[in-house]
Amino acid sequence: MLTDSSQAGSGPTNPHRNLDADAFTLRRRPPSEKLLDLGFRQLTLVLASVVAIVLLGIFITVFQGAREAMASFGLSFLTISSWDPVNEQYGAFTAIYGTLVTSILSLAIAIPLGVGTAIFITEDLIPSSVREGIGLMVELLAAIPSVVLGLWAIFVMGPAIRPVLNWLHELLGWSPFFDTAPQGPGMAPAILILVVMVLPIITAISRDALNQVPIELRQGAYGVGTTRWGAIFSVILPAAISSITGGVMLALGRAMGETMAVTMIIGNSFNFSFSLLAPGNTIASMLANQFGEADGIQVSALMYAALILMVLTFTVNVAAQWIVRRLSLRY
Amino acid sequence: MANPSPITYDNTALFDRRPLRYDPWLTRNLRNLLFTGIASIFAAIAVLPLVLVLFYVLMQGGRLISVGLFTQLPPDIGMEGGGIGNAIIGTLLVTLIASLIAIPVGVGGGIFLSEYSSGGWFANFVSFGNDVLAGVPSIIAGVFVYGTVVTTRVFFGQSYSAMAGGIALAVLMLPTVIKTTYEGLKLVPQELRWGAYGVGASKFVTVMRITLPSAFTPIATGVVLAIARAAGETAPLIFTALFSSFWPDGVFDPIATMSVLIFNFAIMPYQAQNELAWAASFVLVMMILAANLLARWIARMTKV
Amino acid sequence: MTSSSHSSQSADSSKGDACMSLQNVTISYGKFEAVKNVFMDIPRGRVTAFIGPSGCGKSTVLRGLNRMNDLIPGCKLKGRVVFDGHDLYDPKVDPVEVRRRIGMVFQKPNPFPKSIYENIAFGARINGFKGDMDELVERSLRKAAVWDECKDKLRESGFALSGGQQQRLCIARAIATEPEVILMDEPCSALDPISTLKIEETMHELKRSYTIIIVTHNMQQAVRVADQTAFFNAEAVEGGTGKVGYLVEFNDTERIFNAPGQQATQDYVSGRFG
Ligand SMILES: Nc1ncnc2c1ncn2[C@@H]1O[C@H](COP(=O)(O)OP(=O)(O)OP(=O)(O)O)[C@@H](O)[C@H]1O
Ligand SMILES: [Mg+2]
Repeated sequence: MLTDSSQAGSGPTNPHRNLDADAFTLRRRPPSEKLLDLGFRQLTLVLASVVAIVLLGIFITVFQGAREAMASFGLSFLTISSWDPVNEQYGAFTAIYGTLVTSILSLAIAIPLGVGTAIFITEDLIPSSVREGIGLMVELLAAIPSVVLGLWAIFVMGPAIRPVLNWLHELLGWSPFFDTAPQGPGMAPAILILVVMVLPIITAISRDALNQVPIELRQGAYGVGTTRWGAIFSVILPAAISSITGGVMLALGRAMGETMAVTMIIGNSFNFSFSLLAPGNTIASMLANQFGEADGIQVSALMYAALILMVLTFTVNVAAQWIVRRLSLRY
Repeated sequence: MANPSPITYDNTALFDRRPLRYDPWLTRNLRNLLFTGIASIFAAIAVLPLVLVLFYVLMQGGRLISVGLFTQLPPDIGMEGGGIGNAIIGTLLVTLIASLIAIPVGVGGGIFLSEYSSGGWFANFVSFGNDVLAGVPSIIAGVFVYGTVVTTRVFFGQSYSAMAGGIALAVLMLPTVIKTTYEGLKLVPQELRWGAYGVGASKFVTVMRITLPSAFTPIATGVVLAIARAAGETAPLIFTALFSSFWPDGVFDPIATMSVLIFNFAIMPYQAQNELAWAASFVLVMMILAANLLARWIARMTKV
Repeated sequence: MTSSSHSSQSADSSKGDACMSLQNVTISYGKFEAVKNVFMDIPRGRVTAFIGPSGCGKSTVLRGLNRMNDLIPGCKLKGRVVFDGHDLYDPKVDPVEVRRRIGMVFQKPNPFPKSIYENIAFGARINGFKGDMDELVERSLRKAAVWDECKDKLRESGFALSGGQQQRLCIARAIATEPEVILMDEPCSALDPISTLKIEETMHELKRSYTIIIVTHNMQQAVRVADQTAFFNAEAVEGGTGKVGYLVEFNDTERIFNAPGQQATQDYVSGRFG
């Protein structure tokens, strides 16, 4: 059937055709439309594969870059703490230790704070307007760029917590974790600023998880005569625990890879020390500081460190997804 | 009906039974109070950082706001005054480049995952990869672009450039845009698609005219938030866009951005530079908060 | 003949064997009054059924009896609900204590995210149970007619049961704490006829020691299990935002179904409602 361009009502050109058939000029799809349909599908497929390409690209770039250092330093790179451009001796132990210690300790502080806050803003302990206000503030905290937090940490938080760190040093100076006198920058302030950065993640994910616990479950708990916190600890938190754990793992990944705020406050020292009061380093802060100026095998050593960071965050993130999928309960 | 036997609470001896009256000294009531107290203290601690950071940014940065701040270049070392005009333009430019790359790619990828894939291995791999990419530390995105764009000098022999910075930011934005597009499209009720197919619309028309517009709000919200996030990123820019003390020359030259300016100037031992870092923080935070409020506003539009 | 068959509503309250007494109870959600001016005396050691069309406020009243409505923001109760000589809504009363003595089974099954065993033991434990827990779990599950299905998977999650089995688990959970009153909101709506009969047998058993109040849409069930029946209805009021529920009639089940005092009741029980 040939389609003509006459509009409905403008008079049929062929008296045998009825009006309706004439009004719809695209009863049969023209090939161009089919082509468009197919082309669009292929286009989205290509765009979707960009993710895969970028991901592979990142891995290949880092791995290729790291090969030279992997060949010269091997696995001892993980356990040696010297970073010596003059003699071209590199080991990332200080940075790995710093990455793990700062991220794990910051999480240890942020988990109770974040989950506690999430409970506070989901369990109608206070009027809902106040709850929403707190929720909004925590979300906005997540929007503050980390470099601004770093600036604040250098000029405001650092000096403010100095007396506390001094006090900790006097009190706990016997233990290797507090045996150096606090200077300006150090691991402890880095841990605190990381707490500020991961707190919104943990709070937001815990809040969503708690909100998803069905009201019937709460009623059931109250129905057998629990108190509010009895219900929270024995029914509501267990029901939400898989999502909360997944959120915590995501936060751990974020803390490990967090760069700016940490690099501005941690001191970027390659001298290894157990002490939290001493300046330290993380893989991310090391990359931020050295990448621009490095050349030769130092670039490769940095790529090696970047590869380690990628493996760490990858493991943590995959574990997070696995936990959410594996432990999630059916309601 | 049987005679009701005399009422015996024979088993109640096995349970604690107390009067109905509220007893504040009961262990469980004390514990309740204790935990409520702890939770409220935690919540107070959680909002404290935002209050303090905003307070200092407003105080330290707000008082430096002037016309010159927006129109002048940063001062030379040891000089007073100056502005961050080049960094503001740079942030806008780099973020724009990133958006121009990440939004089309991300929305297209999201459409594929939601509308065209039927859960095959490729779609699973892409969505898994997307989650992995979302977890890649931002500094690694910088390393990636450094390795692929900066050192290879693909753009007319230029190494560090606004373009490189924009690409690095796009890598960070991409997972968010894909995820919000995918989730936004998934919220569109299936009946709407069937309705469109029912009147003979092609898949392309259905997606472009029906599905995508219905999901506009969540996608727009997510995209605005992703842009705001990217505008504040520093780590991927330090060794891609680098920095420049001059007005931007073009997209293939190094460029100043507010975030890198804050980083560079914060750690300098000069008062004038430190002050400009605070002023740039003020401008950046205001832009990002405005974008967040915009996103919230968009999100609220459909809820009415 | 039972001794109560001659009693009318007013006679009940004067006799003083009322377990719970609602005195001019009005429950509202925010500004919307869901149920208005309910007076009733629920006798002790009996099964009382609440019937009525959907949305007339049966669940609302039922939740009002053990302060479950406290959990719904904006829900307010005016009037008095007297139990054991106390107004349950007296500010000095501890709602937790109330719920320990007045248990509840909900419309939708809601097992805890714990093992089947723990689902039962949890309530008993927080109520200070001092006896043999294994025995209590078994006894409760048997009474709720779900022991055979559960006995081999006591350590598995409560979610590993079917919907109907979950509901019976929840009934077992409520029975296990041995409250004085058990409130049941359409407990059998998700159950097959066999399990329903088993539950009804359990109710007959339980009413020797407990007072039971059950909401049901099933007329036959009300006739089978209830000694007393309350018929609720809802009607639109001028200037109101929705239908307001009220108590039409409360009397012996026999009377409600065979010789109701109100035309509306007659229409409803004979299925001529609409
Ligand atoms: N949580 C709530 N918030 C606001 N209004 C409610 C809430 N629960 C119930 N209502 C309203 O109160 C009225 C009574 O509801 P209720 O659930 O008590 O009815 P019901 O008699 O139990 O109905 P059904 O037989 O369908 O269970 C209804 O109009 C309902 O819309
Ligand atoms: Mg109901």
